[in-house]
Amino acid sequence: MNERMGHQSIRFGEPVYIRSGASVAGKKEGEGPLGPCFDEIEKDPLAGEKTWEQAESALQHRAALRALDKAGIKNTDLRMIFAGDLLAQCTASAYNLAQLDVPVYGLFGACSTMGEALSLASMAVAGDFAEYAMALTSSHFASAEKEFRFPLAYGNQRPLSATWTVTGSGACVLSKVKSRAAVTGVTTGKIVDFGLKDSMNMGACMAPAACDTICTNLQDFGRQPEEYDRIITGDLGSVGQQILFDLLEKQGYDIKRQHLDCGMLIFDDAVQDTHAGGSGCGCSAVVFASYILPRIISGEWKRILFVPTGALMSKVSFAEGQTVPGIAQAVVVEHMEEKD
Amino acid sequence: MENQKNEQTAKEYEKYVKKVTPTHSLPVNMARAFLVGGLICVLGQYILNTAQAMGADKEEAGCWCSLILIFLSVLFTGLNIYPKLAKFGGAGTLVPITGFANSVAAPAIEYQKEGQVFGIGSKIFTIAGPVILYGVVSSWVLGLIYYVMQMWR
Repeated sequence: MNERMGHQSIRFGEPVYIRSGASVAGKKEGEGPLGPCFDEIEKDPLAGEKTWEQAESALQHRAALRALDKAGIKNTDLRMIFAGDLLAQCTASAYNLAQLDVPVYGLFGACSTMGEALSLASMAVAGDFAEYAMALTSSHFASAEKEFRFPLAYGNQRPLSATWTVTGSGACVLSKVKSRAAVTGVTTGKIVDFGLKDSMNMGACMAPAACDTICTNLQDFGRQPEEYDRIITGDLGSVGQQILFDLLEKQGYDIKRQHLDCGMLIFDDAVQDTHAGGSGCGCSAVVFASYILPRIISGEWKRILFVPTGALMSKVSFAEGQTVPGIAQAVVVEHMEEKD
Repeated sequence: MENQKNEQTAKEYEKYVKKVTPTHSLPVNMARAFLVGGLICVLGQYILNTAQAMGADKEEAGCWCSLILIFLSVLFTGLNIYPKLAKFGGAGTLVPITGFANSVAAPAIEYQKEGQVFGIGSKIFTIAGPVILYGVVSSWVLGLIYYVMQMWR
């Protein structure tokens, strides 16, 4: 029996298995600490296409095909895809998904989209609405800079709190067909706005949302942080991590021992000059598919909390001087014994 | 009441965030800006002097100076060297005429894919546009003040 926990969480009666995870990353990501983990590294920033937006679509397309291939299914076996990206009107997803010929739900949760996609895909599978569902997101450094900031060749100084948008795409296939990793619960995040307006310090804008979702998850499931081998946020970066620790401490939780951040894992700031860390929908997606999932499958981690975080601003809200609200979606992923 | 309370917590959070967020060192940035900006100006002076030595009058030499500096900046923007220079030099690369040229060339490159008219045509001044508009407006205001003061004398 599926069960509603507290006000914001769901515990699945039967685990929703993760059949496969695939990642396609860009050159800079390939040169980072997780380089050897990715399924494919695309060295050409345009990925053989004409524009940044098309390049992002191409990365997403390849990640989707790889995930299907790894799961041993065809595109026609997929009942639905939950997909999203950072571009206006989800452009990258739209053009990729037209080629895939599969029913689609397009999502926008800023950089938290992979958490949102995994949550919804698991719910669809848990509710028997889909035998196979896919969660798929992407981001591209150049298309994101163009969408939210300056033309690439414009000379300026990035603040130390800024993050570097990850070029890449990650995909997961979910099903009730067994495997060694499964989603066993989700906590839907609330939009949390502490009134910050600095879009170049997204870690600080998102940390309150991450804190809120993590606390809610722990309360709804009646767990202590120690019951998770890792609590992995999306792209808080080094500044956001510090703030998250401080905020959680006020709530009486200490997660310093088990906390990881996808944005801090994917780049090495000392060598790659990325400042606070990586970000973007692609950041948590590629780190999940390439680094987190294999550790759950191997049993190195028995249970983790995956919490992609998003800063919900747009070009217009920024120009109109609005605050940057944050959101965080939590997914409980567990190692499963004995595949039969 | 609720609003006031929210505003207060927002201010407190902002203050706390400011405390934990690392920033670039101001003296280091100033030193680098002085160095890079100074070198660009030395180059300008060199062009000016050379042009004058070759027989140009002061005004013509000034034209050559601007022309060559703008050309170099656009060239370096196209070769993706200017952003690296700006990352190091900060305002030192922003303030001279080369910074202005960079801010026009960069959107031209980025939006070329959106077409000659709606891409380059409408977006080339996205960064430089405000400088031009308010430059013209403030010179108009100053002109007016000057005009009025002339009448008083």
